[in-house]
Amino acid sequence: MSLTLAEKILSSKTGSRVEAGDIIVTSVDLIMAHDGTAPIAINQLKELGLNVFDPSKIILVLDHATPSPKETVSNLHKMIREFAWKNNIKLYDVGCGVCHQILVENHVNPLTVVLGADSHTCTHGALGAFATGMGSTDIAVAMGYGQTWLKVPHTYKIKIDGKLPPHVYSKDLILTIIKKITASGATYMSMEFQGSTLKHLTMEDRFTIANMAIEAGGKTGLFPVDETTIKYLANTGRSTNIRLEPDPDAYYQKELELDATQLQPVVAAPDQVDNVHPVSELEGQEVNQVFIGTCTNGRLSDLQTAARILKGNKVNSRVRLIIQPSSAKIYLQALKTGLIETFIEAGATVNPPGCGPCIGRHLGILADGEICLSTQNRNFKGRMGNPNSKIYLSNPEIAALAAVKGYITNPTK
Amino acid sequence: MILKGRVWKFGDNVNTDEIIAGKRLLTLDFNEIAKYAFEAIDPEFTKKVKPGDIIIAGDNFGCGSSREQAPIVIKKLGVSAVIANYFARIFFRNAINIGLPLIEAPGAYQIINEGDIIEVNLTEGVIKNFTTNKEIRFKKIPKFLTEILAEGGVINYLRKNGEFKI
Ligand code: SF4
Repeated sequence: MSLTLAEKILSSKTGSRVEAGDIIVTSVDLIMAHDGTAPIAINQLKELGLNVFDPSKIILVLDHATPSPKETVSNLHKMIREFAWKNNIKLYDVGCGVCHQILVENHVNPLTVVLGADSHTCTHGALGAFATGMGSTDIAVAMGYGQTWLKVPHTYKIKIDGKLPPHVYSKDLILTIIKKITASGATYMSMEFQGSTLKHLTMEDRFTIANMAIEAGGKTGLFPVDETTIKYLANTGRSTNIRLEPDPDAYYQKELELDATQLQPVVAAPDQVDNVHPVSELEGQEVNQVFIGTCTNGRLSDLQTAARILKGNKVNSRVRLIIQPSSAKIYLQALKTGLIETFIEAGATVNPPGCGPCIGRHLGILADGEICLSTQNRNFKGRMGNPNSKIYLSNPEIAALAAVKGYITNPTK
Repeated sequence: MILKGRVWKFGDNVNTDEIIAGKRLLTLDFNEIAKYAFEAIDPEFTKKVKPGDIIIAGDNFGCGSSREQAPIVIKKLGVSAVIANYFARIFFRNAINIGLPLIEAPGAYQIINEGDIIEVNLTEGVIKNFTTNKEIRFKKIPKFLTEILAEGGVINYLRKNGEFKI
């Protein structure tokens, strides 16, 4: 039988042919936890009575509430730091950026298994790694044993052909896919992206898409390893000659075909990610805050898109615009290329790299009755810290435009 | 394993932010955090729920983040099991890992109302509704996961077995 990308990676890892539905034990190449999930993992590892099996395979990141807003958080940060120092584990401290961006920039390789104590670990699948989110206890077990158990997932094939029209971004593509298959359409499944559109998608585009696989319930979001991947890896010091493609007649439990040329810019309305509408339907919706950042859309190309709109314009006096680069590296590039200057001149606030308002811990919590348009991946009730506020999701162009106008605006007009 | 309790009913797509908001996760004091469980859906829930109660929900319960505090607060409230048509996968693993029984029983939602007294037999795969005298069967979870649950979670399971026995 021919294999999907997920089956190929897991077969190569376990050294024997595995198929969807098999329950396997596999070794793990990279394990990540952040300040929201590492403390429980550290305690559970202690409960297990084990030390870390291999510190070089573990990465800890402080990103969810950074710099610390509160003494209880400071104490958790201290606990993580001391654990990392004691065990010789690589720690990315406050200001380095969002865990997923740090990992794809520096650590993830194709044909590996990556476990992260964070649901958006599926982002790394854009590099051809079987990357999936788990909870703290699973991560503790992986830290102690170097192994995990998992069910080889069935695969949802998403075939996209043609080039995206102007004003339509990878965010619109993935939001449209989630609308079509619903917020639980790929539950327990690997989402595998294929088709002629892929060659037009940069690595940054692919990260945005893979990032949101979990918003359809997906276990991971996988891309083939092609020239784009190889170039990205080489440019970030990870030369490889691995190529990865699914077998032509692999079995797919579900399939979706999309014509990219027919897509339009979209916005997800509250409170579900699959509540997606063409931007034209939501035009005029006033916003109080606009947030551009996160592991979904806080990369350099996203900031460039926002800067194109903001250059020479001012943020509407009734709107707060918060921009948060996803990593220190991106922040520095944005600084050197003048994007940060553009943002400040337009009246935006630039947060230090990290998660910030995305998860509602600090640096941009909404008031009762307020509306935020965000480039993040989730608009659940209360996600940004206040259940009496509402969150819309969009690409960075629509977000920047709304910050200037004060309401959701159709960029194609 | 047989569990008997009174039912609380939730809808579809109950997400982890609704089970416990991100802003509540700033401490490891789980008893403190548990006071805020489900606050976005029903701020009074934690006052009403009693140890042994059972939650029943529709599709995709636990979708969203990987936060283990979601099943932890449910367990802390004394909820003995959660029944749903199906669960989001990270939540499913997290719950089993900490020893909170989950039952995927499509159709149970239709025959069980809030306040009903039900009995869940995990070993036989049967739910009995004592209030309406209806019964429904469900597909038992794999033996390997039942063993983890029987040990009260994966930590105890591994301390006993030393490895995953699949
Ligand atoms: S940016 Fe938001 S979605 Fe991404 S890891 Fe941080 S909190 Fe999670």
